[in-house]
Amino acid sequence: MLWYTGKRLLQVIPVLLGATFLIYFMVFAMPGDPIAALYGDRPPAPGVIEQIREQYHLNDPFIVQYFYYLAGIFQGDFGVTYSGQSVNDVLARTFPVTIRLALLAIFFEMVAGIFVGLVSGLRKGGIFDATGLGVSLVLISLPIFVIGFVAQYFLGIQLGWFSPTVGAGAPLEDLILPALVLASISFAQIVRLTRSSVIETSGLDFVRTAYSKGLTRRRIVPVHILRNSLIPVVTYLGTDFGTLLVGATVTEGIFNVPGVGRTLYQAILRGEGPTVVSFVTIMVLLYLVVNLLVDLLYAVLDPRIRYA
Amino acid sequence: MSTPLLEVKDLEVAFRTQNGLVQAVRGVSFSLERGSSLAIVGESGSGKSTTAHAIINLLPGTGFISGGQILLDGQDLTKVNEREMESIRGRKIGFVPQDPMSNLNPVWSIGFQVEEAIRANGIATGKKAVKKRAIEVLKEAGLHDADRRLKQFPHQFSGGMRQRVLIGMGLAANPQLLIADEPTSALDVTVQRVILDHLESLTRELGTTLLFITHDLGLAAERAEQLLVMYKGQVVEAGPSVEILQNPQHPYTQRLVAAAPSLASRRIQATGSIAAAETAMASDAATAAGDTIDLIATAEARVEALEAAAAQPPAIVVENLTKVYKIRGAGDFTAVDDVSFQIAKGTTTALVGESGSGKSTVAKMLLKLEDATAGKIVVGGTDLSTVTQRDMFALRGRMQPVFQDPYGSLNPLRNIGNTIAEPLSTHKVGTKASRRERVFELLDQVSLPRTLVSRYPNELSGGQRQRIAIARALALKPEIVILDEAVSALDVLVQAQILRLLADLQAELNLTYLFITHDLAVVRVIADNVCVMQRGRVVEAASTDEVFDNPKEQYTRDLLAAIPGANIPLGA
Repeated sequence: MLWYTGKRLLQVIPVLLGATFLIYFMVFAMPGDPIAALYGDRPPAPGVIEQIREQYHLNDPFIVQYFYYLAGIFQGDFGVTYSGQSVNDVLARTFPVTIRLALLAIFFEMVAGIFVGLVSGLRKGGIFDATGLGVSLVLISLPIFVIGFVAQYFLGIQLGWFSPTVGAGAPLEDLILPALVLASISFAQIVRLTRSSVIETSGLDFVRTAYSKGLTRRRIVPVHILRNSLIPVVTYLGTDFGTLLVGATVTEGIFNVPGVGRTLYQAILRGEGPTVVSFVTIMVLLYLVVNLLVDLLYAVLDPRIRYA
Repeated sequence: MSTPLLEVKDLEVAFRTQNGLVQAVRGVSFSLERGSSLAIVGESGSGKSTTAHAIINLLPGTGFISGGQILLDGQDLTKVNEREMESIRGRKIGFVPQDPMSNLNPVWSIGFQVEEAIRANGIATGKKAVKKRAIEVLKEAGLHDADRRLKQFPHQFSGGMRQRVLIGMGLAANPQLLIADEPTSALDVTVQRVILDHLESLTRELGTTLLFITHDLGLAAERAEQLLVMYKGQVVEAGPSVEILQNPQHPYTQRLVAAAPSLASRRIQATGSIAAAETAMASDAATAAGDTIDLIATAEARVEALEAAAAQPPAIVVENLTKVYKIRGAGDFTAVDDVSFQIAKGTTTALVGESGSGKSTVAKMLLKLEDATAGKIVVGGTDLSTVTQRDMFALRGRMQPVFQDPYGSLNPLRNIGNTIAEPLSTHKVGTKASRRERVFELLDQVSLPRTLVSRYPNELSGGQRQRIAIARALALKPEIVILDEAVSALDVLVQAQILRLLADLQAELNLTYLFITHDLAVVRVIADNVCVMQRGRVVEAASTDEVFDNPKEQYTRDLLAAIPGANIPLGA
């Protein structure tokens, strides 16, 4: 188990190098001069441009720029944004907000998704099941920005149940509505996954054996049906984390959340190489760690899996 | 005698389907005295398991009891509600299911699963007492190091061990009635014997009444006092076991007795034509006498054929064949260890052994699906270790396999015609029209109607599918057919038909068979020579008659003794 974890952590290194290189290359290849974009219509003094170019190594070939950047990362320095802020500061300010949002979303989608999926699966063909399937189909079909705007308008502005935008410092109660929107698509997936998994497990031989031992349904459902059904759901959560990060970009835009998604989006628009690459690097790292955790959790849920 | 423990009266079970109700059990009645044992026998689909599940009220899917009564100690189980049933299951009726691989929850430890049964039935309370009872139960079921193994998970147990756990769980609460649904069908014969012996002594000791479900007539007669033969949801015959076996009354039972390989005594002789074989199959005891004379004549012809075959160079030569698998962290595992044998043209050699004996690995190396670690395989004069890819391709056309599972070995998305013609098109034999002609010919050869060409595998029965697999193997007119457990998954009557078909095809086409099986009973009716394998080695090799009449090795004797029903004398 320890050896496996170590091996997986070592695998992170080439993946990270590859990811940073690809993203750096793509940002580099984007058309347009970032300095021109910085100054807009008013042309800066010629010396200033030269100074900025020198400062950010923009005159060097691509590969040299990349290594300058990489060297910085290994020293814990993600560089400086074009507006002069340290990327480290921006990361420290935005990531906690997004992680809070993501955790809240995961909490909603898991609790509600597994509950609805379990009840639907146990009462296959009933009214609850039909409603659950219908709602999840609608949620899967709608793009997240539609759900976001609709929720913001009706729940936030018309009904006033939630705050329609997120205030300074992103307090938890302001994040509830964005988290619900963010959770909606994955919620629908988890409902369907749990439902089919529960239906499949309910028909397995060991469940019948459990009944034949004289166990009550009240015990069989959580102990023998739900536990086994959760294995594929947990696997899904790993890949789902990626979806969540993408969704966060859109959701944060709608609800004005000062998180990673919004900052990254703006950096992409401005062509800020170091900022974009730094954000994506951290995201890739997070994604890899989350998936490692999911794989380890998988072994806990299913004793047949033992990593060597 | 007081009232019987269990009385089933006119039981009807139906399943709801899209085409309305399907009756699975029709008017089944029987009664079980306290401490007695009854076996329900029948092939798959006969309703035997459904009857058992109805008694414990665990019918699968849309099944429900549509009529009749089930009286346990005078209480009608068809009228009790779910809560009452929960308290009857485990406490009054114990259940031992069929497949030990799928009947334990893989994510919980053995101890947890036994303990929850004990707790649910109120046998013991408190952590220590429950654990103590769990160890006791498992030890009774024959798991001697139970205290050490409680924390282990099902996948760390062998099939036999798991079945012991299931038997322990079924008996945990000392139920009055134990229903054992094919409790050993998935196990090797020797393991089967040990477990059934144990179950028998255990139930006798505890005074448990036993209801036994099985497809194996020999096994049923050996293990139960009374027999109930079911066919298409109805009881066709009932009575004392030995009486039924020696003097079956109903035509179906007669066919079952005649077809049971465990009870047959000699090799099937090709009856010349398939039509004759079919009539022989359909014939009942009255006309069987006429066939006997025929059989003697063909038996003599067979001996002559064997002698002629011995003069020719052998079809398959295997010399010092060894296969070693490297297992990470566990060193090497020798699956096949220095195996040598020869198969003469036109004869059948059976490779017999329990699971893990290496017999299927030998087949895989013969088919070159696996490479040998050491040793030599020569097929029809070609050495497999030095063969070029092109020669191997040609050789594959002369050597074809038939596998165990007729459900898994046919592509569900291809129709029967395309399935049978596939080897022909792969080897570019003939034109489209001539291939179609050949498919018809093959269907005739395996006695299937030509109309099947446009049908799909899911529309066919297991026996029909295995015939298709055989037809596909014969498409290229091979000289050698490797049959890896080719009849193991089939019901006895179907099994008998396929075995007879194989014997006829061999006589007609001079085929050489390598017949791989775990079932010695089948060997007797199909093979000329036998190699018995144990842990990768051939422990005994001789002609079939010699092995059966005069086994040299203790292991072979154990295997023979384990054939269920072998020692029940049959009436003339």
